[in-house]
Amino acid sequence: MIKVDARGLSCPEPVIMTRQALLSGDDAYEVLVDNHASRENCTRYAESQGYKVSVSENGGEYTLALTKA
Amino acid sequence: MKVFNGKMGIIIAGIIIGIIASLLVFFGNPANMGFCIACFVRDTAGGLGLHSAAAVQYIRPEIIGIILGSFLIAVGKKEFSPKGGSAPLTRFVLGFCVMIGCLMFLGCPFRMIIRLAGGDLNAVLGFVGFALGILTGVFFLKKGYSLKRTYKQPVLEGTIVPAASVVLLALLCLAPSFIHFTEEGGGPGAKHAAVLISLAAGLIVGVLAQRTRLCMAGGLRDIVLFRDGRLLSGFIAIFVSCLVCNLILTAATSGTYFTLGFTGQPIAHTDGLWNLLGMYTTGFAAILLGGCPLRQLVLTGEGNSDSASAVLGLLVGAAFCHNFGLASSADGPTVNGRIAVILAIVVVFIIAGANTFRKEK
Repeated sequence: MIKVDARGLSCPEPVIMTRQALLSGDDAYEVLVDNHASRENCTRYAESQGYKVSVSENGGEYTLALTKA
Repeated sequence: MKVFNGKMGIIIAGIIIGIIASLLVFFGNPANMGFCIACFVRDTAGGLGLHSAAAVQYIRPEIIGIILGSFLIAVGKKEFSPKGGSAPLTRFVLGFCVMIGCLMFLGCPFRMIIRLAGGDLNAVLGFVGFALGILTGVFFLKKGYSLKRTYKQPVLEGTIVPAASVVLLALLCLAPSFIHFTEEGGGPGAKHAAVLISLAAGLIVGVLAQRTRLCMAGGLRDIVLFRDGRLLSGFIAIFVSCLVCNLILTAATSGTYFTLGFTGQPIAHTDGLWNLLGMYTTGFAAILLGGCPLRQLVLTGEGNSDSASAVLGLLVGAAFCHNFGLASSADGPTVNGRIAVILAIVVVFIIAGANTFRKEK
């Protein structure tokens, strides 16, 4: 699975990285972010691209699991 | 509250903010200046004696309110998270450049919307420049521009500016002799709503902007980058609600809150080229910072010390702008100001280029 590590980066960078990654056209990705705005923005972007997003939190870091809906 | 994540939330927040911006003028703020982050940071610099332009000295409670509003809601929502270490000095310089651009135009992007809602057509030129600046910034973002990662910081690091805001509020209220106040009738610094009204307005805007991530520069950026219109809808909502509120106030009171035209606009000049170039500088630098001056204040409240560096850049930049005669007036831009804007554009390009096309070790 392709992983995007956008921890420590602030928007729009995590969304740009997610967009870059999605170009490969895989069915599943994992995006790591560490702030609320990035979590919301990446989730919104992935959903707009037809992915289902489930979020898990671990000590202030968020793992977004993207799967093709 | 999930509502703020959606488009409806930011539109409602924008409508409330537009009304507050209009009402603040009714309550005593300078015309078309219910809010202006650049002007108010500049006035605050004057109040602290960092510059000696007697017309613009007043510690603005709106600034204090925005930082504390964001801080309090972030703590309440468990979103307060002290972090920093992503090129703080570069961000200071970018904040400085944002201020040079704002004081050329006479307003931050927030006031640009408010000026448009007051019928000031000079702000249309400002908006064109702002959009071009954002496009330039987006070009570098697409090429890989980054100021690199932030890291967790101690709680104290993220609390310094909110704590300093409380100190500023105390200085404003106690008014010791070393704090400066523009004399009655002496300029925009003398025009202000009552402290509690200004503070409450700032707190509300701080809370709303924190929840919605509102950003004046982010709106156009997200449209161009991702076809995402969420932030832009907040921008438009502020404009529409402020415009409607201005028209209602003009009809219902003896004051004038809307005058369509270029000439005779309050705290504005008619030099279109320099209005454009000023906001170009601001838009470009704001994209490199990741947000407009309002967003920098809000992020500072959330504990981001990189944004605090940018805010300090705004504060120190404002002081230099007045000490060196860079700030425009109603008569137009100064020669020094034009040179400064050109230099600022060059500096912002260097920062953009150096952080985009660098060789990784």
